[in-house]
Amino acid sequence: MLNYRSPETRPLVSLNNTGVRRNGRWLVRGVEFSINRGEIVTLIGPNGSGKSTTAKTAIGVLKPDEGHVERVAGLKVGYVPQKLAVDWTLPLTVERLMTLTGPLKGREIEEALAATGMLHMAKAEVQHLSGGEFQRALLARAIARKPDLLVLDEPVQGVDFSGEIALYELIKQIRNRTGCGILLISHDLHIVMAETDTVVCLNGHVCCRGTPQAVSRSPEYLKLFGRRAAGTLAFYSHHHDHTHLPDGRVLHADGSITESCFPGDGHHHHDETEDVHDHDPDCGCGHHTRLQGFEQAEKRDA
Amino acid sequence: MLDDFFIRALVAGIGIAMVAGPLGCFVIWRRMAYFGDTMAHSALLGVALSLLLELNLMVSVFIVASIVSLLLLFLQKRGALSTDALLGILSHSALSIGLVIVAFMTWVRIDLVGFLFGDILAVSEADIDIIWGGGILVIFALVYLWRPLLASTVNPELAEAEGLQPERARLFFMLLMALVIAIAMKIVGILLITSLLIIPAATARRFAGSPEIMAVLASLIGALAVAGGLFGSLHFDTPSGPSIVVAALALFVLSLVPVGRRLESASHSSHGGHH
Repeated sequence: MLNYRSPETRPLVSLNNTGVRRNGRWLVRGVEFSINRGEIVTLIGPNGSGKSTTAKTAIGVLKPDEGHVERVAGLKVGYVPQKLAVDWTLPLTVERLMTLTGPLKGREIEEALAATGMLHMAKAEVQHLSGGEFQRALLARAIARKPDLLVLDEPVQGVDFSGEIALYELIKQIRNRTGCGILLISHDLHIVMAETDTVVCLNGHVCCRGTPQAVSRSPEYLKLFGRRAAGTLAFYSHHHDHTHLPDGRVLHADGSITESCFPGDGHHHHDETEDVHDHDPDCGCGHHTRLQGFEQAEKRDA
Repeated sequence: MLDDFFIRALVAGIGIAMVAGPLGCFVIWRRMAYFGDTMAHSALLGVALSLLLELNLMVSVFIVASIVSLLLLFLQKRGALSTDALLGILSHSALSIGLVIVAFMTWVRIDLVGFLFGDILAVSEADIDIIWGGGILVIFALVYLWRPLLASTVNPELAEAEGLQPERARLFFMLLMALVIAIAMKIVGILLITSLLIIPAATARRFAGSPEIMAVLASLIGALAVAGGLFGSLHFDTPSGPSIVVAALALFVLSLVPVGRRLESASHSSHGGHH
C-alpha cells in the first residue's frame, strides 16, 4: 500500500479528456476528474451513460481511445464490479473469495469480514448468499487487500434502504480509517453518499459536477428519510438544460435537436470551458445546478 | 514391468487423469466444454499433418490445437459470429480436413478408430516418458497460474483491475489444454478427450468445499475411471477410450446418489447460483 500520509499531493488517478469508443460509437467522451487520497468521488448518470466505462478506464481495465489516464505508480486497486456471477460449479466460500486476487493473513480476512458484518458467513458458499450479503462479501474482499483506491460499481444494488445507509456508513468509515480514495458509482440520480467530495454526473460526457448538499439542510427530506439518513445521504440537486433522446440525439432547452451534445461536435450552447467546471450550488452560473431544481428534475425523470 | 502393454496403458492413463482433473475443473467453471471439443477435434488434422510432413505426432497435434485456439481467440475478438457458431465451424472443419487429408494419403495405412477412440496397445515407453514429463510440466504451470486463472474465471475485469493479467493466464491455459490433448490422444482418442476433462471434474463438485479440493478430487476420480475403464477394455475387448468414459460416467452417477448431507447440498445447488 502507498503511504497516504506522504506529503505528495499528486492525485491517485486523473482522467484527462478521456473517451472510449466501441463499434464506431463514443460510449463516453471528454471525461475529466481526479481522485486524491481520502477523497470520495461519486459518478451518477442514467443507464448507458458511461459510468462503468469511466470507472474501468480509471483503473486501466479499459484503454481510453482519446485523452489519457494518469495513475500513481504502484497503485493498489480494490474493485467491486457491477455484475459478478459465480458459476455454481465453482465451490467458493466467502472465506476463499477473500484471497481471490492475492494472499492475506487470517487476521486481515477476519477484520474485513467483521467490518462488513459477514464474519458469521465466512464458511458459506457465495452462491447461497442473498444479494445484499453478496455485495457485503465483495466489499469485504476489496477492502481486505488494503487498497489505495477503492472502486465500487453500484455497491448498494440489491440492498434495501436501511442496508444502503449502513453500507454508506461503512464506506465512510473505511475512508476515514484508511485514507484511501474512493470512486463510487451510484444507481441513483439524485441521492448520493453525504461524504462525497465531488459528484460527477455523466451522460456520454460530463453533464455537470459539484458538491452534494447534505440532507439535513432540508427539513422536508429529513422528515422523509429520518435522522439516520441525514448524516449518510445527500442530494445532488441538478437540472440539465438538454435531454438525451432514446435515438442518441440531443434535445436542447431551446427546442433544437442535434446529433450530439459533445462540445466539439458542432452546435452547442455551452462553451467548452464551462461544461466541466466545479461549482457550488450557489455559484450562480445558472444552468447546471439549482437549489430549487430538484423537484423539477425529479418529476422529469419519473 | 513396463514391457507389459496393459501396465504401460495404465501408467500413461493415470498420468493423463492427473493433469486432466484440474484442467477439467477450469473447463467446466469457465463453460469451455465445447471449446475443448473443438481443440480435440482439430487433433486429427494434427495427425494428418504429422504423417504428411513426417513430424512427431504429439508435437504436430499440439501445434495444430494451439493454432486453432489462437484462431478462435482472434475470431472472437472480431465478433462477427457468436462463439458457439465459430466453434461449430472450426471443430468440424478441422476434423473433416484431417480425415480428407488422410484419405488422400493412400500410401499410409493408419488405424483411424485407434485415433478417434483410443488404443491401449499403442502406448510405448517413450509415450509414458512424454506423458509424465509433459504432465508434470502442466501441473507446475497450473500451480503457478492458479491465482490469476481462478480470479479471471470469477471475473476477468476484477482480475485485470487488481493486476493479475487475465489475458496472459487465458493464453497459457489454452496452450496447456493443447498440450494435454496432444498427450491424451492415444489413450482416450480424439473424440472423447473432453469427457476425461469434464466428467471427473463434474463428479468432484459434489464433494468439494474449495476449488483446490475439487481439482485434486477430479484427478483422483479420473485416475479411478482410467483404471476401471482399462480393465474393462482388456476384459471385454472394447476400445479403451469409450471404456474409460463409461467408467467415469458410472462414478458420476454414483456421486449423484443422495446420501445425508449431500442430499441437502444437492437441493441447494439446484436453486441455481447467485446471478
